[in-house]
Amino acid sequence: MKFSFSSEQEEFRTNLRRMLADRAPVKEARRLMETDAGWEREGWQALNSSLGLTAVRIPEEYGGFGFGFGELCIVLEEMGRAIVCAPYFATAVLGAGAIINAGTHEQKAALLPGIASGETTATLASAEDSGNWEAASTTLTATPSGAGYVLNGHKNFVIDGHTADVIVVLARAPGSSGDAGLSLFTVSGDAAGLSRRLLKTQDPTRKLARLTFDNVEAALLGTEGAAAAPFARTITEATVCLTNEMVGGAERLREDSLAYAMMRMQFGKPIASFQSMKHKAADMLLDVELAKSAAYYAAAALDDGDADVVAMASLAKAGASDAYTQTAVHAVQIHGGIGFTWDNDTHLWFKRAKSSEVLFGDAHYHREVMMRNWAA
Amino acid sequence: MTELNEASVRAECRAWLEANWDPNLGLVEWRHKLAESGWGNPHWPSRWYGRDLPVGLVPVVEEEFKRIGAIGVAKAGIRVLAAATILAHGTDMHKEKFLLRIMTGEDTWCQLFSEPGSGSDVAGAVTRAEMKGNQWIINGQKVWTTSAHKAHWGLLLARTDWDKKKHAGLSYFIIDMKQPGVTVHPLRQMNGHASFNQVFMTDATVQPEFLVANVGDGWEVTTTTLMHERRGADALRSWGQQSDRPERAYAEERAEIATTMEPYKWYPQRAGRVDLVVPRAQETGAISDPVVRQEVAKLLFMSKAAEWTARRARTAQEQGRPQGPEGSLGKLASSHIARAAARIHTQLSGANAMLTGEDSPMDGVIAEILVSVPATSIAGGTDEIQRNIISERVLKMPRERTGDSDKPFKDVPRNTVA
Repeated sequence: MKFSFSSEQEEFRTNLRRMLADRAPVKEARRLMETDAGWEREGWQALNSSLGLTAVRIPEEYGGFGFGFGELCIVLEEMGRAIVCAPYFATAVLGAGAIINAGTHEQKAALLPGIASGETTATLASAEDSGNWEAASTTLTATPSGAGYVLNGHKNFVIDGHTADVIVVLARAPGSSGDAGLSLFTVSGDAAGLSRRLLKTQDPTRKLARLTFDNVEAALLGTEGAAAAPFARTITEATVCLTNEMVGGAERLREDSLAYAMMRMQFGKPIASFQSMKHKAADMLLDVELAKSAAYYAAAALDDGDADVVAMASLAKAGASDAYTQTAVHAVQIHGGIGFTWDNDTHLWFKRAKSSEVLFGDAHYHREVMMRNWAA
Repeated sequence: MTELNEASVRAECRAWLEANWDPNLGLVEWRHKLAESGWGNPHWPSRWYGRDLPVGLVPVVEEEFKRIGAIGVAKAGIRVLAAATILAHGTDMHKEKFLLRIMTGEDTWCQLFSEPGSGSDVAGAVTRAEMKGNQWIINGQKVWTTSAHKAHWGLLLARTDWDKKKHAGLSYFIIDMKQPGVTVHPLRQMNGHASFNQVFMTDATVQPEFLVANVGDGWEVTTTTLMHERRGADALRSWGQQSDRPERAYAEERAEIATTMEPYKWYPQRAGRVDLVVPRAQETGAISDPVVRQEVAKLLFMSKAAEWTARRARTAQEQGRPQGPEGSLGKLASSHIARAAARIHTQLSGANAMLTGEDSPMDGVIAEILVSVPATSIAGGTDEIQRNIISERVLKMPRERTGDSDKPFKDVPRNTVA
């Protein structure tokens, strides 16, 4: 297991951080979050192509760079830090992940190069109205029809589901239950019978949609009835990627709060000189660094094919859910009244912390998953 | 001079060990050979029992010792801090007199810093050292002194000038513990053990040549000792693997380990025994309780994440990169972990948590956890001091104004009960 980044990885991080600070500043996030789409194609493609971000983890034979989760998670950590409004997580982690894990060679060759180049955006639609990310809870049906299938039902909490060009959908054969009868399908974003409704989200920087499928024609992705394993793998990967995005955001909040405390004068001195503030800052550092270590370890566990990867992913996600939210609460508190205003940027990360806390399952859920897989 | 690299060091060390290691030697006799060869502490200066080996290559030497089963020089206890301090600040006379017997394990050392009136504020020491006639006369009381009853020598911080400011009035001495003016009393702890001592010095004497550095340099020298203590906190109380082989050197080492480690036998319990949490939860059936499962999982997160954080810090150090903030957090993390573990052990034991000794779970081990954990957040720097250190040194937050920095120490308010 690796416990440090290589100098190439550190250099990549430095370049990416500089580029995002320059080209995706907070005021850009504030502009984009007020739009319905939540991002703009031209601007995103330009940003993406300068470092080939969506290509990072896609295999070379499908037009990508073929890096691992170590590199992908650096991108996510930096994006979480900068709070970039872009369809990156949905496309590069969820959509591409499902295609890589489930698709045939021909399907990968057809779908991945467009994702790698940034032409195509994608997402994964799995959870339904119950808000459950376990495959067995799927009720949306896929019925054979002619040469393909038609989908009927709902999907909910679909990240960038209202704008994605390609939607990977988890569905089940009518009458099946549990992990049996599950298949993945690809659907075009503009398919007939598909209606997409943008949801009002607490976190305006991560858009969610509810999708209604009314006899929507769909193409099978991978093997019929065998989606449970590749889907579970995709969610594990997505959980680790989200965790790394979260620790990037948590560290940003911690640093911004510290900078504010150093600058804010009360009683004739900076509030950072008060012991209550110093002890809080030390506790925040501990929370964030522990969460970072677990996030990095989980990413390395994915790359190493560690047998405990499901438990590690859940351990890291549970830790990040608690740490990010706690850091956000402290950040608002340290900023005082100004921290509760819309004009101050703290709430952008506070809301991202809240949405990330429950996405793919909250801390309680992941602690239970970890215990089931690891301890007993 | 041949180039130093992993292969050349390995080959040279291996050849020397193969020619010289003999488990039938007495422990002291073997360590004399080791000290002369420089392989005992190869990172020390070649003039003083070392080989000037870069610290990064020391693990190679350790691997060779392990491979052949050779015993190393004495490395546990305060003697290691004494050696580091003497190497940094001592005179040639100090080095000649003390280093060899530290390495052979013939001399035991103790550290006389903390006092009843100065715990977190070590520089507030009020033990007096006064030059009378041609020697230093020491009067005062020290506390939390591990192994003082066995020690031959003590590292002593004492006040030599009351008109100077706090840090400037301190000096550092090496004191002979086996003299009539030094009395040692064991200090019984809330968990029933007595690992530490109180040391009373009444007109004890120190010869002038046993002052370390200059009069008034005491705080600087103390900082060196404390830095090594923090860096090697775990090593001071660990011995790696002992061998159960029958030869003389191994038998003598086992006896030495038993004596040196005696004060530390409750330390695993102090850390909370995270390793026992899941087995105890299974044994008691509480593993099926969803509330217990949540608490156990929270603890395992903290424990694993703290371990990985330490690994990140160590890896950065090994690669010669500047250590990030992750290096300063272990102490604070271990307090959280110990407290959480004690809470869960209580929950798992239920009414049995009221019992101790052979009437209680695991023949008293669990009970010992519950009354030992409070030491974790106090010993070696309280959590509060750790947070000050993290916020001031790592996060660069402003230091608080203290009440003792701008006046002679004699005018500083201090504890009336000492």
